[in-house]
Amino acid sequence: MELIHRPASAGTAATEARIAIDLVVNGERVALEVEPRRLLVDVLREDLDLTGTKVGCDTSSCGTCTVHLDGRAVKSCTVLAVQADGSAVRTVEDLAPDSEHLHPLQAAFVEHHGLQCGFCTPGMLMTALDLLARDPDPSDGEIRHAIHGNLCRCTGYQSIVASIQEGAAVMRGEPPRTWTEAHAAPRSTAPAPDR
Amino acid sequence: MPTRAFTSGVQTVERALVVDPGQRVPGRAAGFPLRREGPAKLTGAAKYTDDLVFPGAWHGITIRSTEAHAKLVAIELDPDVDWSKVVVATAADIPGDNVVASIKDDQPVLVPVGGVIRHHAEPVALLAAPDKETLRRLKGRIRLVTEPLPPVFDPEQSDHVFAKYEVTTGDLALGFAGADLIVEGTYRVGHQEQLYIENNAMIAVPGDDGGIVIHGSLQCPYYVHKALKRALRLTHVQARVIAEETGGGFGGKEEYPSMIALHASLLALKAKRPVRMIYERHEDISATTKRHPAIVRHRSGVTKDGVLVAQDVEVIMDGGAYCTLSPVVLSRGLLHAGGPYRCPNVRLRACATRTNTPPNGAFRGFGAPQTEFAAEMQLNRIAERLEMSPAELRRRNVYRLNDTTPTGQVLRESVAAEEVLEQALGASHFERIRERTARESAERGGSGTIPPGPLRSGDRRVANGIGLALGWHGAGFTGSGEVYIGSIASVELTADGRIRVLTANTEMGQGTKTVFPQMVAAELGVPSDWVEYAPQDTAEVPDSGPTVASRTVMVVGGLVIRAARRLKAAVEERNPGVPFHEAFRDDAKANGATRIDQKFEAYPGVVFDDATYVGDAYPAYGWAAAVASVEVDLDTAEVTVRDVIAVDDVGKVIHPVLCEGQVEGGTLQAVGYATLEEMKVRDGRYLNDRLATYLIPTAMDAPHIRTILVEAPFSGAPHGAKGVGELPMDVAAPAVIAAIHDATGVWIHDLPATPERILAAMHGDRGAPAA
Ligand code: FES
Ligand code: FES
Repeated sequence: MELIHRPASAGTAATEARIAIDLVVNGERVALEVEPRRLLVDVLREDLDLTGTKVGCDTSSCGTCTVHLDGRAVKSCTVLAVQADGSAVRTVEDLAPDSEHLHPLQAAFVEHHGLQCGFCTPGMLMTALDLLARDPDPSDGEIRHAIHGNLCRCTGYQSIVASIQEGAAVMRGEPPRTWTEAHAAPRSTAPAPDR
Repeated sequence: MPTRAFTSGVQTVERALVVDPGQRVPGRAAGFPLRREGPAKLTGAAKYTDDLVFPGAWHGITIRSTEAHAKLVAIELDPDVDWSKVVVATAADIPGDNVVASIKDDQPVLVPVGGVIRHHAEPVALLAAPDKETLRRLKGRIRLVTEPLPPVFDPEQSDHVFAKYEVTTGDLALGFAGADLIVEGTYRVGHQEQLYIENNAMIAVPGDDGGIVIHGSLQCPYYVHKALKRALRLTHVQARVIAEETGGGFGGKEEYPSMIALHASLLALKAKRPVRMIYERHEDISATTKRHPAIVRHRSGVTKDGVLVAQDVEVIMDGGAYCTLSPVVLSRGLLHAGGPYRCPNVRLRACATRTNTPPNGAFRGFGAPQTEFAAEMQLNRIAERLEMSPAELRRRNVYRLNDTTPTGQVLRESVAAEEVLEQALGASHFERIRERTARESAERGGSGTIPPGPLRSGDRRVANGIGLALGWHGAGFTGSGEVYIGSIASVELTADGRIRVLTANTEMGQGTKTVFPQMVAAELGVPSDWVEYAPQDTAEVPDSGPTVASRTVMVVGGLVIRAARRLKAAVEERNPGVPFHEAFRDDAKANGATRIDQKFEAYPGVVFDDATYVGDAYPAYGWAAAVASVEVDLDTAEVTVRDVIAVDDVGKVIHPVLCEGQVEGGTLQAVGYATLEEMKVRDGRYLNDRLATYLIPTAMDAPHIRTILVEAPFSGAPHGAKGVGELPMDVAAPAVIAAIHDATGVWIHDLPATPERILAAMHGDRGAPAA
């Protein structure tokens, strides 16, 4: 992978000692030298220009920075880059080769309006994929539980849950459904209004 | 690009008005295009401001006051630091007027030495450096020397009034004299943070011409443009503003971005290089605008049959330290304060005052959620006192066609208050469930107010409740706002045969980039993906006004449709007998570019006098109803909002998928407002100014939301649309509070209804009806 040097954006003093780390990022080996205090998210965004991973808070509350570290979803703002040494990191950029060939989960988010501003979306996708790897057919409640560390202010979450349900179905081998079809017969297990 | 077949949002409700697939509506395509920028946002390719790389860029930060009210005596730079390696900017560096251009121009870009600090976290100085570490190190080495001044925190104690209005109709004394029951109530709502998930972000790039190019996360490019011209003394061309991909706004990126853009520009001009001002969440919450806190006092008179005969409402809003948009927020709050109900004798009074707290500004709903919460509380409490169903009380009072509002506006068309009410009641089985919750409450011992523990009969620890609220939302700007700004939107056939829509209206997730091309495509008879949406760059697009007030689809969409019609006519006139979609490519080759600029013209018959507040306050109104179902834990008073039926009349549905998305998102923000979101303020400072402490609903807190879209078109717009963004924000909060009352027997007058407040009310500390 090509190292992109973002001039003067790394946010570090030149004097700080750097530590060599090895990562596998989206399938490619990357050798880096980083200051011990730097967060994984900053290294991904600033040194590797993988800006699909976002930063939305300074208290590890929002989940926009979620990536996979050795296959499990983590908030990359809570991981020091040096802690990730030797690990495999997967970011949203790895899910699809380009926008014409979306991952079934991404395709479901487009069709089922799982995103509005899109800022929470990369983190949502990474968290959802972690869930689906362990449980390919989750209930609405399990999905909501899995993504409850990923905040979304735009959607009300309902269309995100529906998108994950529809994407999961396709990943299980079922044919994709349109918004219209899903709307007429939701998979969701929402309570009936007169429960 | 894949398309969708047309469908209605509702399957179960009989006589649902909803979208009719057979009906031809201008701007509505046969299928609904998918979100245009969706794939880029899903693959991480979409660039938000902080994702952009500018070689050689420095980072900037803001040095802010730590006092709420003080005289700024001096700004001291630590002499032990070599300041030549960084850039410090103060008010002395501002080439033009030291104001952030807005309604009253009272807010400085930076507090000048000798000037007055008016709130905590007010910008005083700016610092830029090549790296963030240097900024962190030097931030504390700039010291503000101040002399404290006495602060004012209570808006009712403030003698500085930003705006004051009064609307009266009929004879109030006579009205109350004829009432069988008079109910009074005081309702309080606090600050609410927009909490867009992308923090404010702005990058200023100095140009060779002495100008500035701004790349930012913002709603209103031309607001920023105006502010730059004024404070930096730039020409129209020297100031250039580009809205990048924006991660949510909800009003929070309406006017504060002007301030940040000015800060970044001052540093960039001084450093002679691009400067990035990317807020961290802590700074974003502590310094930027919030929804105005309000105190609303009601006195209502009704007959024993439940007919509203007198309404006296007083609204006090806390504007914070500067005027910002307070006069217009207050105005909208006032005009909606009576609720969607006919009443012959009304007095509405409203006042916004200055306090030494960070300024408040725009947030989805813009003053109406505050006053409509109070109005609906009042209605629900009246129903209880009359022992009448809250649905029935509303039936007897809701606006119908040709009713007159307190400003004297006759509602000649597009009135769907009854329709949304009946839809919500039907879809929620409101009366049936209310009977059941009443039975359950009786079984528990008469009311939910009995103390938890041994007195409670049976083992039910959870009480169910259902609540109703109704609302209205004036479509577009208040009064003559649209005429005053005179927006222009354009549609262009370029010389190389491309079709482009040019507006300054930004995409924040609501779907502007999808809907405008869809509307133009529908008019021109071409597929949506043949139509481009020009970037929101002031060097390219005309000033079509701000992306606020749910006006984008209604007002600007109307202009876009008209422009497209004129373009079609022009091309078809030059190519007789050939439809546009076959003619335009050759036409462009033969005749070059054709650009149609469509300017806003006043809606026919809509007249408002801003001085007397008489007339048509809005060209039309959207109508909304919400029914919320909650569960309340009787031991802990924790509230679970189980589901919300949201019924919204949006005039015409242009894109049902996006429209529903707006309703769901707005409804959840209102549920957060009702139950969770609370800004704690002490000595003018927000205490919970982090995302770990200011809580917003998670996926686990979010109810199931069922949206029913109703269409009562507005004839002034070519497509009939009235806007959707803000409508759902007005009604869900009072519906939730009514449901909590249904479950527990207590009224929570102050938002949010936290477990502490509910428990206090259940134990008799507060919440007994006041009258
Ligand atoms: S940036 Fe918010 S959780 Fe990591
Ligand atoms: S889509 Fe905007 S925060 Fe989720």
